[in-house]
Amino acid sequence: MVEESSIFGKGFTVRGGDFANAGEVSCKVRNILKEIGINSDIIRRVAIVAYEAEMNVVMYAREGTLSFEVTPDRIKLVMEDEGNGIENIELAMQEGYSTATDEIREMGFGAGMGLPNIKKNSDDFKINSIVGKGTRVEVTIST
Amino acid sequence: MKLKELVEKLDLEVKSASGNLETEVTGGYVSDLLSDVMANCKKGDIWVTLQIHPNIAAVGTLKELAGIIINNSREPEEETLKKAEGEALPILISKLPAFELVGRMYELGISGLR
Repeated sequence: MVEESSIFGKGFTVRGGDFANAGEVSCKVRNILKEIGINSDIIRRVAIVAYEAEMNVVMYAREGTLSFEVTPDRIKLVMEDEGNGIENIELAMQEGYSTATDEIREMGFGAGMGLPNIKKNSDDFKINSIVGKGTRVEVTIST
Repeated sequence: MKLKELVEKLDLEVKSASGNLETEVTGGYVSDLLSDVMANCKKGDIWVTLQIHPNIAAVGTLKELAGIIINNSREPEEETLKKAEGEALPILISKLPAFELVGRMYELGISGLR
């Protein structure tokens, strides 16, 4: 997905069920963007998108990749996972809807805010999911 | 108000990043739902929660919070403190229940609205 105009791009692996390291990839993404001097309001939006996308893989998928790419006018994030997929995307986009287990909820996750939070902080948001295979979320944030 | 003053006035126990208490606390937020904090907490906020697992350190870092107060004397997990230390994020413990803790912070001039 790296385009010619890309200034920077990188991908990270996120492991499903790995709550101990959950959030680390988002922190890495944030630190890189900070280093290359991206505006802090943009970084805050990217951080929310990356965090929620990362947590979705940790909570629901077997494994996923979070990659981002910076070009002069936008940041693109792609989250792709191998997992159960989402049966009803419309429902999943509704705030408060969640299929999280009680165990996950007790940790304060699975509030049904993840995908809505991602969408709210995106300028462009695309989601595709195949049940039994996995989910792909693509987000663009204009800089 | 500086985080250091909060620590003194509310008798908080500093569990990580004790060298980073000069930060200005510009607001406050209470929630035990991580996504709620990601969506609504603001940079410079002090966050009150009961959660003690390592993910709170990631949330606090990503949101650039002034610090996290764990209420009701709950002890954060060791891994949480390790991560917070690495990110220079102060984690503090209060003996008080959340309602009382927040009430006292409000009296000290910290607001949940900006």
